[in-house]
Amino acid sequence: MRDTGGFKVYRAVVLTVLGLFVLVPLYVMVTSSLKPLSDVQGAFTWWPSNLTLDPFVDMWKTVPLARYFVNSTIVSVVATVFSVAIAILAAFAVSRFRFRGRTVFTTTVLSTQMFPGVLFLLPLFLIFVNINNSLGLQLVGTRLGLIITYLTFSLPFSIWMLAGYFDSIPRELDEAALVDGCGPMGALARVVLPAARPGVIAVAIYSFMTAWGEVLFASVMTTEANRTLSVGLRQYSTQTNVYWNQIMAAALVVSIPVVIGFLLAQRHFVAGMTAGAVK
Amino acid sequence: MTRATTQRRPGLSRRLPYLLLAPAVLLELLIHIVPMLVGIWMSFVKLTKFFIANWSAAPWAGFGNYRLAVDVDNAVGAGLLKSFGVTIAFSLITLAISWGLGMAAAVALQPPFRGRSVVRTLFLVPYALPAYAGILTWNFMLQRDTGAVNHVLVDNLGLTSDRPFWLIGGNALASLITVAVWKLWPFAFLTLMAGLQSIPRDIYEAASVDGAGSIRQWRNITLPSLRPVNLVLVLVLFLWTFSDFNTPYVLFGTGQPPAGDLITFHIYNASFLTWNFGSGAAMSVLLLIFLMIVTGAYLLITGRRSRRA
Repeated sequence: MRDTGGFKVYRAVVLTVLGLFVLVPLYVMVTSSLKPLSDVQGAFTWWPSNLTLDPFVDMWKTVPLARYFVNSTIVSVVATVFSVAIAILAAFAVSRFRFRGRTVFTTTVLSTQMFPGVLFLLPLFLIFVNINNSLGLQLVGTRLGLIITYLTFSLPFSIWMLAGYFDSIPRELDEAALVDGCGPMGALARVVLPAARPGVIAVAIYSFMTAWGEVLFASVMTTEANRTLSVGLRQYSTQTNVYWNQIMAAALVVSIPVVIGFLLAQRHFVAGMTAGAVK
Repeated sequence: MTRATTQRRPGLSRRLPYLLLAPAVLLELLIHIVPMLVGIWMSFVKLTKFFIANWSAAPWAGFGNYRLAVDVDNAVGAGLLKSFGVTIAFSLITLAISWGLGMAAAVALQPPFRGRSVVRTLFLVPYALPAYAGILTWNFMLQRDTGAVNHVLVDNLGLTSDRPFWLIGGNALASLITVAVWKLWPFAFLTLMAGLQSIPRDIYEAASVDGAGSIRQWRNITLPSLRPVNLVLVLVLFLWTFSDFNTPYVLFGTGQPPAGDLITFHIYNASFLTWNFGSGAAMSVLLLIFLMIVTGAYLLITGRRSRRA
């Protein structure tokens, strides 16, 4: 089908143009991370004057990258675990029960996904400041504040996607488990969750990526103590020097875990998106 | 299954869905709903830096913050209007190009060929990267004296004799769009690819037998079949690009050029540089109202058209 000469030319053109568009920045990122500082401060070159791994060593000393790494990892992992658990419970309720307020809940939650972050940013910042003043619970400048915020950011999409997955699992399976003496929660744990595993994995990776890459709230809610990678990488630009080779090295290192995770799970994303779209 | 449980334990099963939803509802209230309501309240008070720790003491402003935001004769209102125009242009152009590239790639990868999965994986990388990592790379490439873009345009191709600035001045919008498209088009590609999978192959085979060429097959089969996917995709792309903060923030730092002054970043600066949260909140509410009107009108128009079809 469609193996005409015209289509082959079209495909070759599209693959070349888009391939270059995608690859050139990735190439610049990788090769620049292997350049000495003098290379990135002079005219651009496509290849390092001498290949060096120094940027990957120096990047830990120029800024406290290890601390940002630990902060980002703790915030993202904890936010992901709670976000997925909470989304599973909510999606199970939406998919398997008919109750009053169900439509209100799903519509409200999905619509919060649509609204710009800046709308919540100022009030949330103020609410956190005032919670600190009145209750003594510090949420600005702590990991806890970031965790609560990020886990909520990924909830709407996760609930929507998991509910779609759960809907595609036949209810007869739940009923069989109920007949066997499981409660509804037993049916969730033993029947629905195992069958929806690809969806759970996709949602977990989505939550992690959301937390790992978030910039807007991190720029306001972090201080030196809880600074995450998304804002920490800016510290390589100082008054006197911009360490572009180290920035590229650090950008590469912080990207690898999420890129691998996403690419491994891409099939589940597509499946989940089709499951959601069919609804 | 609800029936089975209802018969055994009516009380629990009526409460269970609410118990299951409770954590999600609490978090949504704390992070989304209450801040939104507080934001609306903030837009009606003079919440300047003097009242941030003691917000209940902030004096009432009525519609003062709104009047300031929409008064195009003073600097604040004029700045917001200008930023709004820039954002509309940015959003529509980024949306159109991202959709176009996503569609072109999805169609090119529709029939199987050797290496297809490698290409698909490669195309998804810009979307999988943390946003700031990709934008920082572009920031480096767009540097005037040390960047790859000017190296190609000036040194290799010799298109201009003096090196253009990309991150300040009039070129800033073009830079923003390029970077935003680079990050976003793979999402359009991924979504459209998922949509294409649900079109049965024999439709194309039947069309081929009837003598329909590739372009006619695309117009008569692919495009109509993707309609439900496109409806959602276009809206999502619009909402995302319209409230994009990462791209201008990481690309320009705090000194954003007027040509790249996107509205979310404009509100952010207006609030945090001057610590005037009241007027920032009023601008946010206006932004929300605008997006709600656009979304509502879009759903109404597309809904009516599908019912007619």
